[in-house]
Amino acid sequence: MSSPGRIAAVAHKEFLQLARDRMSFGMIVMIPLVQLLLFGYAINTMVRNIPIAVVDLSGSATARVITEQVRVNQVVDIVSYLHTPQQAEAAVIAGEVRAALIFPRDLARRIASGDTVGQWLVDGSDTTVSQVLLGLRNMPLQLQAGAPAGAYQASEPSFEVSLFFNPERRSAVNIVPGLTAIVLTMTMILFTSLALVRERELGNMELLITTPIHPLELMVGKLVPYTLAGLVQVAIILGLGHVIFKVPFAGGLGTLAVATLSFVAASLTLGLLLSTIARSQLQAMQLTVFILLPSILLSGFMFPYDAMPEVAQWIAEAFPATHFVRLVRGVVLRGAQLEQLAGDILWLCAFTAVVLLVATARFNKRLD
Amino acid sequence: MSGLAISARGLTRRFGELTAVDHIDLSVEKGRIFGFLGPNGSGKTTAIRMLCGLLTPSDGNVEVLGRRIPADAEPLRREIGYMTQKFSLYTDLTTLENLRFMARVYGLGRGERRRRIDEVLEQFALTELRGRQLQAMSGGQRQRVALAVATLHRPTLLFLDEPTSAVDPENRRDFWEKLFDLSEAGTTILVSTHYMDEAERCHRLAILERGRVRRDDSPQALMGALDGRVVEVSGSDLRTLRAQLMVRPEVVSAAQQGSRLRVLFDAGAEAPLEQLHSAAQGHTCQLARPNLEDVFMAATSGGRA
Ligand SMILES: Nc1ncnc2c1ncn2[C@@H]1O[C@H](COP(=O)(O)OP(=O)(O)O)[C@@H](O)[C@H]1O
Ligand SMILES: [Mg+2]
Repeated sequence: MSSPGRIAAVAHKEFLQLARDRMSFGMIVMIPLVQLLLFGYAINTMVRNIPIAVVDLSGSATARVITEQVRVNQVVDIVSYLHTPQQAEAAVIAGEVRAALIFPRDLARRIASGDTVGQWLVDGSDTTVSQVLLGLRNMPLQLQAGAPAGAYQASEPSFEVSLFFNPERRSAVNIVPGLTAIVLTMTMILFTSLALVRERELGNMELLITTPIHPLELMVGKLVPYTLAGLVQVAIILGLGHVIFKVPFAGGLGTLAVATLSFVAASLTLGLLLSTIARSQLQAMQLTVFILLPSILLSGFMFPYDAMPEVAQWIAEAFPATHFVRLVRGVVLRGAQLEQLAGDILWLCAFTAVVLLVATARFNKRLD
Repeated sequence: MSGLAISARGLTRRFGELTAVDHIDLSVEKGRIFGFLGPNGSGKTTAIRMLCGLLTPSDGNVEVLGRRIPADAEPLRREIGYMTQKFSLYTDLTTLENLRFMARVYGLGRGERRRRIDEVLEQFALTELRGRQLQAMSGGQRQRVALAVATLHRPTLLFLDEPTSAVDPENRRDFWEKLFDLSEAGTTILVSTHYMDEAERCHRLAILERGRVRRDDSPQALMGALDGRVVEVSGSDLRTLRAQLMVRPEVVSAAQQGSRLRVLFDAGAEAPLEQLHSAAQGHTCQLARPNLEDVFMAATSGGRA
């Protein structure tokens, strides 16, 4: 019989073991779930009750109506009313408020010409806060009490926004797709980095290498069940992210599947490589953390890739997670097509092939 | 092809400073049960691993089933079965799952697979246990599964490394019955053990100590060579007598067994029975039939060398 038969045998065996290992099986579901809720709700709680100041230079009833509408959405908490834009700026710089809403003297004229009705001064050092306030820019306004909601449609955004300190604008929505990269890096690498070491520690390996199995058959067979696990995790994160946190899904499912498969394969083979290096399960976990940390820090998940120094960008390129963060945001948020993502996908495929060959070469059917 | 399943000359394996297997020569005839008898650390496992092609010898020439090892280890794998000392099947899988997995890994075709699995389930009385996970089985049951797996692909040569160390005596007897069945059917078996009663069942035996083969012959010949050199003494105060005897250069060992003292004399010792009569006044002395323990003591100079 042939390779496919042996690969299927290994895959089947791994699947049975995975299904019986409650701990691992639980991890496949719980890690994405917990991370999603942690990250998701942490972000959600921060967008409530942001302290702001209001400066009304127009002294008009319209300004008061608009202020009231901004207040009732609970995103902001008006903590002070100031008299000049300079005072507002000082308050922002001092950190007393995160933002100030300024109504200009010529408010009535602006409304008449369909112009922006006011200006936000925003502390941009907290990207999440600034992002939320950016969202207020387009809020529909009603200019007289009792008028239908959204009656005022400015030709431009209803507010003008000035970001202080940090003009880089990131969407909280970025977190959820990026999270798939981190969760997959963590679980995929961990599973396979343990895979070979565990068999060695339990003694199964000595029997396995006495059989005619080829190392490549063993490796590929072990990847199959975890590939499925990876797809399940992505489905959990993006599915629940969509339902709970309203993360939009702009792209095609097929494109997402291709991107995910190429990343899952890259992570799993990287894990296998670690497994051929590690002498014990503990070492395997340490090596996993060694890969995981830079993946979190450099991939663009936490800090914008473009803002990193060039050297860090070069290092980041070596980690599959960097490519996947780009891919998943491209598909999910921008609706990018396969052709537009080909570069990163091909990189991941090449990475998988090379690492798989290195891991296979490193795995020798000897005990010495 | 020669009548030898295994032929090794000067087989050696060093781990750093330690020489675990030290220039051993082996000739294992086809169809026989060949035993490695030796205490822990004597190099049994290391030698077997080299013969299976799992460890690269530091020195020496090995031919297994006509193939040079380790160069030709890969094609050899289909022809040998190996039962590791440490249990190496998947304990979280059932008997049937383990068998199916190994049958596919060995490349048995679909029909062949089903037939062979049914056969070994029958042969090793595992039919009832086929749906049970190995972690819920006794040592004896697990060893039967391990033997079933090792023989699944009909190997002509079986390596069994201390296969009965976790098995109670009764199941050990059953296990050996299976080995004789396999041997009868033409399978060559190399088995390691530190049980004397097991060693005695082998057709031929190599006594290993500290990496060297000290004796290599049939158990009968090994024991026969000690005829006239084992004397049993009964009487009182055997502990004092033992201490007196042990200082004599011609006494290899003196071991108390219940109310008797079993004394083994050196090959050069003259008239052991008479010597003892004079040394042990007031005791009853008589020649005893040598057993493998005596052989082992004689081979290793009572552990004094
Ligand atoms: N991989 C290894 N590395 C270092 N020393 C080893 C290794 N394997 C075995 N040894 C040593 O070689 C000697 C023989 O061991 P082994 O062949 O397992 O003996 P046995 O099977 O007869 O108990 C022991 O001293 C053991 O500690
Ligand atoms: Mg051993």
